[in-house]
Amino acid sequence: MSHLAGGGRSQPARVDLRAGPTLRARRLKAQVFRWLCLALTLSALVFLGLLLFQVLRDAWGWLDWEFLTSFPSRRPERAGIKAALAGTLWLISFTALFSVPVGVAAALYLEEYARPGWLNTAIQINISNLAGVPSIVYGILGLVLFVRGIGLGKSVLSASLTMSLLVLPVIIIAAREAIRAVPQSLRQAAFALGATRWQTVRHHVLPSALPGILTGVILALSRAIGEAAPLIMTGALAYVAFVPRGPMDDFSALPIQIYNWSSRPQAEFHHLAAAGIVVLLLVLFAMNSVAVVLRQRGSR
Amino acid sequence: MSAVRSTSGPDAPATLEATAAELGVIETQALVVRYGTAAAVREVSLSIAERRITAIIGPSGCGKSTLLRALNRMNDFIPSVTIDGKILYRGLDLHGKDVDPVEVRRRIGMVFQKPNPFPKSIYRNVAWGPQINGLGAQLPGLVEDSLRKAALWDEVKDRLHDPATGLSGGQQQRLCIARALAMEPEVILMDEPCSALDPVSTARIEDLLFELRERYTIVIVTHNMQQAARVSDFTAFMEAGRLVEYGDTDRIFTKPRVPRTEEYVTGRFG
Repeated sequence: MSHLAGGGRSQPARVDLRAGPTLRARRLKAQVFRWLCLALTLSALVFLGLLLFQVLRDAWGWLDWEFLTSFPSRRPERAGIKAALAGTLWLISFTALFSVPVGVAAALYLEEYARPGWLNTAIQINISNLAGVPSIVYGILGLVLFVRGIGLGKSVLSASLTMSLLVLPVIIIAAREAIRAVPQSLRQAAFALGATRWQTVRHHVLPSALPGILTGVILALSRAIGEAAPLIMTGALAYVAFVPRGPMDDFSALPIQIYNWSSRPQAEFHHLAAAGIVVLLLVLFAMNSVAVVLRQRGSR
Repeated sequence: MSAVRSTSGPDAPATLEATAAELGVIETQALVVRYGTAAAVREVSLSIAERRITAIIGPSGCGKSTLLRALNRMNDFIPSVTIDGKILYRGLDLHGKDVDPVEVRRRIGMVFQKPNPFPKSIYRNVAWGPQINGLGAQLPGLVEDSLRKAALWDEVKDRLHDPATGLSGGQQQRLCIARALAMEPEVILMDEPCSALDPVSTARIEDLLFELRERYTIVIVTHNMQQAARVSDFTAFMEAGRLVEYGDTDRIFTKPRVPRTEEYVTGRFG
């Protein structure tokens, strides 16, 4: 270093490529930022890990096959999650059935058919707003509209319709993003071959957007699966000793059952609640795994 | 640039060469294409000769691509575009009430600047157009025929069901040409089809154009003057939305009548 100092520049043969003071400072900033990001990521994971650890510890010994196949009971050692798990699966299936076609159709209309203008912008802003409306508000809407208004009563159907309203904005927004990401050149190629708008959408736009749409759908349904508030409003029960046999049946759901157990005074029920949480997390995990697989298959 | 603009060609459309007018398949009459209020094509009157290659040249932003896209109504997809004047296809007004733009595009095919194959197999890329238009009777034969016409068959015949995205850029562009040919169009519009390709691939496409000229009417937009001189029968020179000069390619490049054309083809601007 010292023997080059000063003379380095005047001797063209000698090149000094070591970092100078300003570059060292920039380097330092880059390093600090990198470690800051890592620390923040880890802090999120640490809290998640702590939560998971505590839940697993409480659930240990309570989560077994019998727990999955028993109905709720006053005696904690005989109580199980069967009715709530079945109720959640019914609920989420019907929610998907209603919300996916409507959401994808709405997104297709807004992206492929609607002309840009103030109406389109107004719809877009309103959908974004709806995505932020508290779920209890949807619950009240569901109670007024489905349970009482059209007389569906306290049923899987009422709750599914309510949940569909809740997740629709999220599905529409995700599907729009996915559809917008399909390159314009693909549409032009199809149109130039004498394709109609529908043929273009059906054969090229939808298949290309499908992985993105599915990811959005599963994220939206994952949100729905953990919601308790709208279910309380639309009449999910905490004590159900049967599996729903149709959309008009009474039902329970995992978050309702977990909430019920955790609010009991006896410690045993808290273990049951923890076991219920583990089941809910496993269902979520399964759904998100499907999303990852679909996305990877689609990007190939 | 603005200093020389005053010497720009006459506002009135240049006289057509008699031959081009005689063989006309598509004719524009005082065509004006606007994006909102800005005119990109200004009163262009031009006759496209049948089974000839017509090149449209001009500096960037002169409206040549917009003009090309007007010929098969691809501008319909841009909401702000409005059109004045007429485009006649075999005497029929392309914007007439009983004209369906889908039918127009079936007969007047298009190849784009960047190769845009569908993310499907090579076979499906070529077969899709005929299929959706109900022309799918002898599909495998039609696919082979189209790929042969596009000089791609020998390179892909053993991997017809591989994804088209695995082909090189030049092969992809020839696939896009094959895809357009499979529709058995009368006219093929090409929007700078070689600008994303290397010289070897460009040469192959130019050779292909010569062969296609026997059967198809081709309009090619290019910013490459050598390409226009090599491949085309007629050349239209545009600047600032106006048709400055139109005529026999040899004449345009050797004895242009408008000084502005001469300045452009000799490389003095643009």
